[in-house]
Amino acid sequence: MARYTRRQFIQIGAAAGGAMAASGLATRWWGLDAARAEDPATDGDQVVPTFCELCFWNCGVLAHVKGGRVTKLTGNPEHPLSRGRLCPRGAGGTGLLYDPDRLKKPLIRASKRGEDVFQEASWDAALNKVGEELVKVRERHGPEAVALFTHGFGGSWWKHFMKVWGSPNIGAPSYAQCRGPREAAFTLTYGEGLGSPEPIDIANARVITLIGSHLGENMHNTQVQELAEAVGKGAQLVVVDPRFSVAAGKARYWLPVKPGTDIALLLAWMNVILTEKRHDAEYLAKYATGLDELTAHVATKTPEWASAITGVRPELIRESARLIASARPASLIHPGRHTTWYGDDTQRLRATAILAALLGSWGRRGGYLVTDKFRLAGYPLPKPPPHPGARSKDDMPKGGGFPVADEVLASGLCDATKPGRALYDLKAWIVYGTNLMQSLPAPQETAAAIQNLDFIAAIDVLPAEICGFADVVLPECTYLERDDDLAAPAYKQPFVAIRQAAVPPMYESRPGSWIAKELANKLGMGDQFPWADAREFVETRLAASKVDSAEIRRKGVVVGKPIPTCEEEGATPNITTSDGKIKLYSVELQQLGFEPIPDFHPQEEAPPGMFRMLSGRAPTHTFGRTTNNRLLAEPFPENEVWVNADAARALPFPLASGDRVVLVNQDGVRSDPVRARVTQRIRGDCVYLVHGFGHTAKGLRQARGRGASDSALTSRYKVDPIMGGTGVNVNFVRLEPAGSLA
Amino acid sequence: MKRRYAMAVDTRRCVACSACVIACKTENRVPNGGFRCWTVQETSGTFPDLALEPRSERCNHCADAPCVSACPTGASFVAEGGIVAVDRRKCTGCKACIASCPYGARFVHADGHVDKCTFCLHRVAKGGQPACVETCPTKALTFGDLSDPSSPVAELARRSRVKTLKPEAGTRPQVFFLT
Repeated sequence: MARYTRRQFIQIGAAAGGAMAASGLATRWWGLDAARAEDPATDGDQVVPTFCELCFWNCGVLAHVKGGRVTKLTGNPEHPLSRGRLCPRGAGGTGLLYDPDRLKKPLIRASKRGEDVFQEASWDAALNKVGEELVKVRERHGPEAVALFTHGFGGSWWKHFMKVWGSPNIGAPSYAQCRGPREAAFTLTYGEGLGSPEPIDIANARVITLIGSHLGENMHNTQVQELAEAVGKGAQLVVVDPRFSVAAGKARYWLPVKPGTDIALLLAWMNVILTEKRHDAEYLAKYATGLDELTAHVATKTPEWASAITGVRPELIRESARLIASARPASLIHPGRHTTWYGDDTQRLRATAILAALLGSWGRRGGYLVTDKFRLAGYPLPKPPPHPGARSKDDMPKGGGFPVADEVLASGLCDATKPGRALYDLKAWIVYGTNLMQSLPAPQETAAAIQNLDFIAAIDVLPAEICGFADVVLPECTYLERDDDLAAPAYKQPFVAIRQAAVPPMYESRPGSWIAKELANKLGMGDQFPWADAREFVETRLAASKVDSAEIRRKGVVVGKPIPTCEEEGATPNITTSDGKIKLYSVELQQLGFEPIPDFHPQEEAPPGMFRMLSGRAPTHTFGRTTNNRLLAEPFPENEVWVNADAARALPFPLASGDRVVLVNQDGVRSDPVRARVTQRIRGDCVYLVHGFGHTAKGLRQARGRGASDSALTSRYKVDPIMGGTGVNVNFVRLEPAGSLA
Repeated sequence: MKRRYAMAVDTRRCVACSACVIACKTENRVPNGGFRCWTVQETSGTFPDLALEPRSERCNHCADAPCVSACPTGASFVAEGGIVAVDRRKCTGCKACIASCPYGARFVHADGHVDKCTFCLHRVAKGGQPACVETCPTKALTFGDLSDPSSPVAELARRSRVKTLKPEAGTRPQVFFLT
């Protein structure tokens, strides 16, 4: 066989290509050689497995490190949540690491709260200040007067801090501002909530129903992977959304319901399924109670009845119900995630959960799975000191008076900060990793509540709006610069994943684990933080759990034994209600004075000339936390307000895509100018914004002033009486031309 | 057998999430403002009878590449496997290629030369896949050698409903879309 030099080989290849002009050939193969040699050289000299923190999904990431810098992030093939693939945010984590706007040094406030004026301080001075202020609050009001708001995996250190400190007031907006109604509804129906990641079997579903969930734009990596896999295998989609989402574009049936009428549609679907006897009677007889009551309840909820409410043709309701039933039990009614819409959300999610039960999909392949956690030993701690004079459990604002809430309401903590609103007032906040000015509704109220505090500290990576309200700002390093606790969420395949620093912390930022421990030391709580650092903490847990440290550090993850996840694999559906039955009719709700079976109640209509404001997600962004990331801002620098084309023509001023408008809500709150997207892809009675834009913090130099803030326009919210969730789709806006600001 | 590299983009799977865009930018150190790949959501119809085609797009590595013909210095050339490439040392940044490309696939790099998708030739040469293909959460992208009939990309080209962008331009794209 003839041997060629590489250059000869390439020359032959190029000539055989035949696409080039002969005159160029002599010089062009030189270029080809250059091209082969031209490697951007972004492969790491070192590849560090860790897990992502661009969102709460915590996918497995491989950090490529070269010359002390992270050059790129790729998906860890071993990790069950990333499976070798990252979403744009995960791949864009270097944009956070190298964000020039990062918090670089501890800051102590130098003017009025909210004015965002600070002086740099040493860690010692800043932590002394935090410690002194917390002690003052404890002396005057007790340890429970300190509340923690937390979001993200690094919050574990601060939750531990609060436990030792002696306050149960730990809240995350991910409950009452997000998935709380879903957790309450599934707990009422099946005995347990869904958690994260959701135990759903998208990959094996033959029909997937999305109700207001725009998976694909909502970029939960594994779920999107499974959605594509299911579509590839011929699964059919039913999508209920006032907007023609990307998922709707793949659907067999798109039902553009009038916003706020989902419950009517769900009842009509149940009507079709029950009257046509398409439900799983055998499964329900075995596992559920309340079928007779449900059947009677939905008897009048015909597609014709629902059509008048939802604006969806009766035939479309009927046909989609039949398609949904045809695939049972492998017919997945997706439970959604951001579910705080109208204040009746627990009932809407109850209807979703009941529909899933009619299909017999709880505990079945292609439906809801049985999951398990990788068993891990805790870090051994000395017995915590008692808290003399601690308040009794009943005397805490935890549930905020909402009987079914099973987590602290972040909004409830904010309410308890307004004097006299709770059993006792909260006087200090520690805010970790959540920009409350965007994550709580009515930022106007949050800002006012903060002025009542004796003290507020923020721990964050970027100078978000909430930092501008803090007395002390502590700069945390990013997830790529720190070790954290082990991650072992319940999943269909139990696993444990490790977070390990790829590079040392930049500037004077520090890992949250270090900050919490140092603060605990200053407060005399050091014996409850006995670990040297996060790495030693993790090593001790790994050793006690008999997980090989070298293996998990090399692979990033250790996967446990497969478990049976559905009835088809020998598992029993996990029903943990009081009597082990699925509650189609909820005696618990009835006894609490709520409707035992969901019913439809109309929402307030938009005033003339106004649109209902809806919000959602873009695949490139996680709330407002990534909008300053210059890498992610490239494909998606600002949000646009989606306006139906016919509705745009009916406006009193001409409006075309790209024109800037100002949104003015029912309370006169005005947005920053935002570009319009005039489109067929949305109903005419609502407008849509991607959440997380319209930042005002002066330190966010990329994100500031880009797009409109749906949060600021959410001056009104409707509280779910069952679990305290804050429904935000109850705001109305009118459009004004942005005029000379354009 | 000479290789003919090609890519299939399955629009039924694609959600236009832009993971390809970010993976490409970090893999290839593409500076701010430049894109070697991008996403498109093409909508047709009127409410409520709508259709949507999400696409991940990049240089089509045309078999009849107008950019190569338009290049006065020979910087644009056809490389191994039919890949259309730019030798930045020969590129004067005159933008004739940019004007000739029907797909807007080229841009002026911050360093002054024209830049574009290389199908990650540096990775392919080592037996890897382009960065966009590797990360795509929906597995919408399939890269391979069209001249190997057993390759997945060749199978997709044979079996599925296939289209190319702007076929009227006569460029014979080597990126095709499954619809």
